[in-house]
Amino acid sequence: MEIDKTKPYPVINSLECKSCGRCVDACPKKVLSIGNVLNARGYKAAVYAGEGCIGCATCFYTCPEPHALEIHIPAK
Amino acid sequence: MTERIIRTKGIYDKFPRKGENNPAPSATHYCPGCGHGVLHKLIGEALADLELQDRAVMISPVGCAVFAYYYFDCGNIQVAHGRAPAVATGVSRATDKVVISYQGDGDLASIGLNETLQAANRGEKIAVFFVNNTVYGMTGGQMAPTTLVGEKTVTCPDGRDPMTQGYPLHMCELISSLKAPVFVERVALSDPKHIRGARAAIRKALQIQKEGKGYTFVEVLSPCPTNLGKSSVLNNEWINEEMAKEFPIQNFRDRTEEAQPIERAKSDFTDEALAKAFDLASLPATQENDDPNFGEAQVKISGFGGQGVLSLGTMLTAAAQAVGKQVSWYPSYGPEQRGGTSNCSVIVSGETIGSPVVYHPNLLVALNRPSLEKFKNDVVPGGTIMYDSIMGDVEIPEGVRGVAVPAQDLADAAGNPKGANTIMFGVMLELGITRLPAEAFKRALEAQFAKKPKLIPMNIEVLEYARKWVRENVK
Repeated sequence: MEIDKTKPYPVINSLECKSCGRCVDACPKKVLSIGNVLNARGYKAAVYAGEGCIGCATCFYTCPEPHALEIHIPAK
Repeated sequence: MTERIIRTKGIYDKFPRKGENNPAPSATHYCPGCGHGVLHKLIGEALADLELQDRAVMISPVGCAVFAYYYFDCGNIQVAHGRAPAVATGVSRATDKVVISYQGDGDLASIGLNETLQAANRGEKIAVFFVNNTVYGMTGGQMAPTTLVGEKTVTCPDGRDPMTQGYPLHMCELISSLKAPVFVERVALSDPKHIRGARAAIRKALQIQKEGKGYTFVEVLSPCPTNLGKSSVLNNEWINEEMAKEFPIQNFRDRTEEAQPIERAKSDFTDEALAKAFDLASLPATQENDDPNFGEAQVKISGFGGQGVLSLGTMLTAAAQAVGKQVSWYPSYGPEQRGGTSNCSVIVSGETIGSPVVYHPNLLVALNRPSLEKFKNDVVPGGTIMYDSIMGDVEIPEGVRGVAVPAQDLADAAGNPKGANTIMFGVMLELGITRLPAEAFKRALEAQFAKKPKLIPMNIEVLEYARKWVRENVK
């Protein structure tokens, strides 16, 4: 899936994701979901729909894993 | 294209302290959906933004957050259960560090309740972050002081009944009944709005610490999906709907504006100051007996509990004392009364002993095979391992002398079947590694059996039998 990098987007480190679903629930734009692929540790990591992120970082602050998720916001 | 990246701050990039060969070297040990990680990120970010990392000491608790030092990129002291306020007080008063006490509901509100209230009442310069998830997490979901009425846990399977188990403890309310605290607030990690509130309270508490204004207490209502048996989402709804009814999410105290920085007397740790504080001048000068030529023997004695491990150590200690040598005895054993492994370290020296821990013994006395296997590679080259020959064939590391002692057979042959330990004691004497004279060992036996004087000559006979055996059998 191609991500439009002229707009804000989340980067998910799927090995660290434990599939808790907090980000999916918190995202105001509903552009995150639990994926179908098991990671090496047996969790289905969250995935980004590829568009629609507004860079609010709500998912970042609700995610319990320090390095599972970061938000990239392109300079205007 | 340049980007601004929002990512975690104040937390290590990787967590090697979790151990090697970890499949996810930068994932926490916490369960999915746990609130600890959320709170770690908020505290880490505030520490970094306030430029406090080099000044901050995290006091990590007993509980799931016991491994906080895996994660926070700042100073850390891991302390005993509920004792964070005491250690935090010490660090805060001895240094100008920013001290953070991170504690859960069992640690802070149960075993540590007294210390928590006393430290708050003294207005210590500590930022307390109190994680309230209504349950003992690490130990498997037992009832906590903050468990809600009717809430089921493994130790109140029918729900908490106030008639037998009392009511939930309200820590913010208790703390804010005291005069000294500067800032008291209850926050939650249940949804984005509450997380923003938590973030603001955490930054405020740490700003107050940065300015040295005194005690801050932030209670964090936090999910524990594993022990509450709920999904992350349902746990968050439960926090907002049920927990918040019992524990209102609000500010209880904010004296940030009026509070003045607290000035503590500067600590003086110079030798002169310590000598004065402990009145060393009035103590007899132990250095008078110093005998640098005597050298030092480091002995480790190890076996099962009940084998006489610790008493063999105290006998050796008594021997050294009997002839005026410096000696330390340092036991280490598990919680079992019988059957666990135990060991003790004994150092015999001509001069003052620093640490009583023996890492590399000159003499290892191994009373069973697990002890031998555990410690044999620690013995210094040229050192000696005494072991009970009942173990059969054993492998002794190269450059180390092995002495197999048929302790029970020798005790039987000496006419004292209960004297196996004294046989070991005699072998220890005759090998000479302890540097102590025969006189010392005899006086130790006299002390050991002072209440049963009849046994003294019998044991001295066993001791001599063991010495003779060494002379005739050990090269």
